[in-house]
Amino acid sequence: MTENRGRIDRSTELLMLALDGELESADRAEFERLLSDNSELREEWNRLSRLKEVTANMKLRNPPEEMWAGYWNSVYSRFERGLGWILVSIGAIVFGSWGAWQVVRDLMADADLPTYVKWSILALIVGLVMLLVSVLRHRIFVSQSDPYKEIER
Amino acid sequence: MHRCYYAALGMVGSPQDAEDLSQEAFVRAFRARARLDPERPFYPWLYQILRRLCYNFTRDTSSRRKKLARAGGWLVAEATTRAAVDDPERIRATDELRGRLERAIGELPPAQREVFVLKEFEGLKYREIAALLDVPMGTVMSRLYAARQKLAELLEGIE
Repeated sequence: MTENRGRIDRSTELLMLALDGELESADRAEFERLLSDNSELREEWNRLSRLKEVTANMKLRNPPEEMWAGYWNSVYSRFERGLGWILVSIGAIVFGSWGAWQVVRDLMADADLPTYVKWSILALIVGLVMLLVSVLRHRIFVSQSDPYKEIER
Repeated sequence: MHRCYYAALGMVGSPQDAEDLSQEAFVRAFRARARLDPERPFYPWLYQILRRLCYNFTRDTSSRRKKLARAGGWLVAEATTRAAVDDPERIRATDELRGRLERAIGELPPAQREVFVLKEFEGLKYREIAALLDVPMGTVMSRLYAARQKLAELLEGIE
């Protein structure tokens, strides 16, 4: 009765419209004729009508009234928390970078530290910065050019 | 907010998660408000954000099953809330039917479940669902038909 990939035949279309009370009066006669001629369709009609009766008696459960009362407060809190996390992250990155810079500067200024250790610290810093920039650049590129970003996973 | 909550409830089947997801949809809509076209209605745009959240939420099958097992009780049979209060046997039977229907809906693929809920529990017309999901009406019908086929099969033997 059905075809794959989102297409249904005429009799199924009329059956569905009739089940949901959306059948136009112009199509009613055609559906009734199909129903009386086609025993398979009649059987389907009875089967789906029973299901319709069951679901017509059900509805989505209402939440407690308190949920509605606090609904917008929770939305606001979520927004606030999101903003808070952004600020904390920015603060942590800036403060951490400053602390790291202080430590590195003191180490570099230390005359007792061997030169190869100073160079290795410098290499470590440059490497980390390069990795960070590379990852950021890649993420920005992907977010701008990904044609599937709006598609549900 | 009511509409958003009930749409999420129908898609994920857990009141707590529906509350979380619908609230998150509002937060994301606020952040993305620059992309909102003021010439077009707000709800379909918000609904796209919400359904993406719900789809991602239900994507992980194991976590989905866990959530559904934990959830339950997201539908209510109107008969149990009316005259049937005097008939415990009828209440028990209706409650069992409700539980079976909830589980059966939980087994549907998300796209079919979404259309089924919009039609049966939110009472939208075919063209309204098509406009909301931005798909042709034939797609809405075929998804709903497939959902009904599966549910009728799963609920077979129930009177």
